[in-house]
Order: sequence, then C-alpha cells, then structure tokens
Amino acid sequence: MAYIAMTTGFVLILIGLYGALTNRNILRMIVAFTVANTGVNLVMVAVGYLHGRTAPILDAAVPVAEAVARIIDPVPQALVLTAIVIGVGVTALMLAYAYKLYESKRTLDISAFKDLKW
Amino acid sequence: MTLLIAMSLLLSVTIVAAALLAIRGSQSLAISILAAGLVSLLASVQFLLLAAPDVAMTEAAIGSGLTTFLFFFVLGRVRGGEHD
Amino acid sequence: MISRFFVILLLFGLAVVFSGLMAGYSPDEVLNLSARYYAEHTAQDIGAANIVTAIIVTFRGLDTLGEVTVLFLTAAIVGLVLSHGRREGRGLERELPPAGELLSTGTRLLVPLILLLGAYVFVNGHLTPGGGFQGGAILASAILLLLLTDPLRRISHRLITAIESTAGLVFVGIGVLGIFLAGGFLDNRILPIGSLGALFSAGAIPIIYSFIGLKVGAEFSSMLAHLSETEDL
Repeated sequence: MAYIAMTTGFVLILIGLYGALTNRNILRMIVAFTVANTGVNLVMVAVGYLHGRTAPILDAAVPVAEAVARIIDPVPQALVLTAIVIGVGVTALMLAYAYKLYESKRTLDISAFKDLKW
Repeated sequence: MTLLIAMSLLLSVTIVAAALLAIRGSQSLAISILAAGLVSLLASVQFLLLAAPDVAMTEAAIGSGLTTFLFFFVLGRVRGGEHD
Repeated sequence: MISRFFVILLLFGLAVVFSGLMAGYSPDEVLNLSARYYAEHTAQDIGAANIVTAIIVTFRGLDTLGEVTVLFLTAAIVGLVLSHGRREGRGLERELPPAGELLSTGTRLLVPLILLLGAYVFVNGHLTPGGGFQGGAILASAILLLLLTDPLRRISHRLITAIESTAGLVFVGIGVLGIFLAGGFLDNRILPIGSLGALFSAGAIPIIYSFIGLKVGAEFSSMLAHLSETEDL
C-alpha cells in the first residue's frame, strides 16, 4: 500500500509542476504549487509505512512492552507535520505578493511583469 | 485485494482526477481552488490509511481548510484579474 | 514564455528520476535504528503516550524552534507587505448588508465551542493524536468565523501581537529553564513525569505544546486579519 501512495505523490508532483510552468495567471500558479506541496508530503509519509503495523501511539492497542514490534516509523510524521505548517505559511506569503502585484499593475498575467528580466 | 488496498486505489484515482481539474487553464478559478482543496482533503484520508493520525489532522485543518480560505480571501480582492 | 515542448521534456526527465527512486525502494520489515530508539525510550524517559509529540517537542525540539521562527517571520512579512494597502480613516466604500439571523446566532453559539475544541486538542497533545499545530489552526478558524460574520469588525492587532510574543517568549524561557534544571535545552523533566496516560504526565510537554498552540493560532489569526483588512481593488 505504500507503493500506491508513493506513486500518487510522485504523480501529484509532476502535475503540480506542469501547472506551475504552463499557466500564465499568478493565482493558478500558486494553486499548482499547493498541489505539488501535497504530493511531496504524501511521498514522505509513505516512506515511513511498515506493512501490518499501526500508528505510533502507546495506548490500549499498543502496550509499552511491544511498542518496537507494533508501530510504524514516527520520524517522517514529525518531519511532515513541520512541512505542512511551513507550506501554508509560504502560500500565504505568495498570496500577499500576488495582491500587491495586482495593486501595482492591475493585471495578474505573469508576462506583464518584465521589470527584472534582462 | 483487501479492503484497505481497494480504498487506497479509489482514493488515489480520485486525487489524480481532482489534481488534473485543478491545473486546467480553462477552468474558472474558483473551481480550481476548490479542486485543490479536495486534493488536500483526500490526501488527509490517505494519511489516515497510512497509519499517521497526527499528520491527517494537521493536513485537514491547515492544508485543506486554511489554504482554501486564504485563496478565496485574495480572490475576492482581485476581481478582474482572474480572467487573464 | 517557455515553450510547452521543453516543459514536457523536463517533466519526462523528472519522471525517469522518480521511477528510478521507486524501483530502488523496498519497504522495511523492522524499524530502523533511530525509530527503535524512540519506540523503546519514550515511555520511560519522556512519559508521553504519543511518540510523534515526544519527538517534536523534546527529541527534536530545535526543529520546532526553527519552525516557530519561520512562522513568526511569515506572519510579520504578511503584515508588513499588506499594511500600506489600507489608508486609515477612509472606511469601506460599499455598504454591506447585515449578516443574517442564522449566521449571527450561529456564530455566537459556535465560537466558544470551537475555542474549547482547540484548547482541548492542544492540551491533550501528549495523549491522543493532536497537539499545538492542530489546536492553533482550530483557534484560527474561530477567528475566521468571526471575520466572516462581520467583515468590518476590527480584530485588535495589539492583542494578537501581545499573545503571540508572550507565548513565544515563554516557550523559549521554558527551554532555557531546561538547561538549568534538567538535561539540556527543552528538556521536559523540569516537572515530574508522572504515570503514562494521565493528563498531568510527561513533564513540561503539555505546557510547552499549549504555548506553541497559542502562538500558532495567534499567527494564523493575524494573517487572516491582515488579509481581510485589505482594500477591495
């Protein structure tokens, strides 16, 4: 089952990158980046999955003595938690910049912003 | 094929379909944003099937909820730029 | 604009790299060394039932400190970038109809419940799935409901900034306290560990996570408040 999730994650990354490279509207590019972000998180969590085991929480289902034999890898989950929160922070920053760009030139087409191009 | 694998496959097919809907350039922007929110929500269910409840909760609350709200806030402010 | 052919070529190259990665991947049979260490030593050293929480707050607490810093920078930059868009004293130019009866009564009922749920999620972060980040997002959604009902409401930025700075300061203060009273930075043994599964167990983890939850909730609320105070272009 980890294979299915990993394949989905990689396909989402490719779809998101395609959308970010071919769309011209800035908001659509940000939506595509969000999709690619979700794909990366899916791949990382899928790496930590071990077959037939359960979540890393010690309660009635997983007593302390058999924890090593019953839980999956908890480290990728901790990393992905951080990644999701920072991802939404970066999305908020991109949206704030999109708003200011619209305010300065009244258009959201990326080919209208050529000031930094040589 | 066990139930888990069947559910995983169904979720994956729906996620890829929603992602393709989200990046189509000819779709209206509101539908693209909602499709991205749907991708995030289905990914949260996939996280639960991968035995990661913490990550599922975080993705549902932050990735699906807050990101869609942020998009719609900004979309409401830039009326007119969305048809470029 | 980059022509579509080169885009497809680039994505095809990436797909070849990804399939190479997937071909070399085989799922593990047993836990690797660091995961085994965390699984064996969490219950007696840290006392938290949720191993992911123990990793985030104590074992890899410096990563959480970095993440909190990045979030703080993000909220500050969003406030800075959007602050010049609003000219004070001009007010809103179009008349907004008042919110319906259903929305205002529902808001009054739901906002305390949502705040309670958020507080429950981050206080119980060491026992059940949950924790500071999820609880903070739930708190921010309560503020979002208030903003949706009454878009002209002025959420006091001073209060949000005060909550955020105080919570961040207390978080770092508890970490430094760990250096003097226990093993190192962000060590949770400054308070007694207690028994596994009780509410007041795992040392200082509930306190640390509560302050992280308040800080994250305040930051998301400040981002939402800044975005909703921008002018309608």
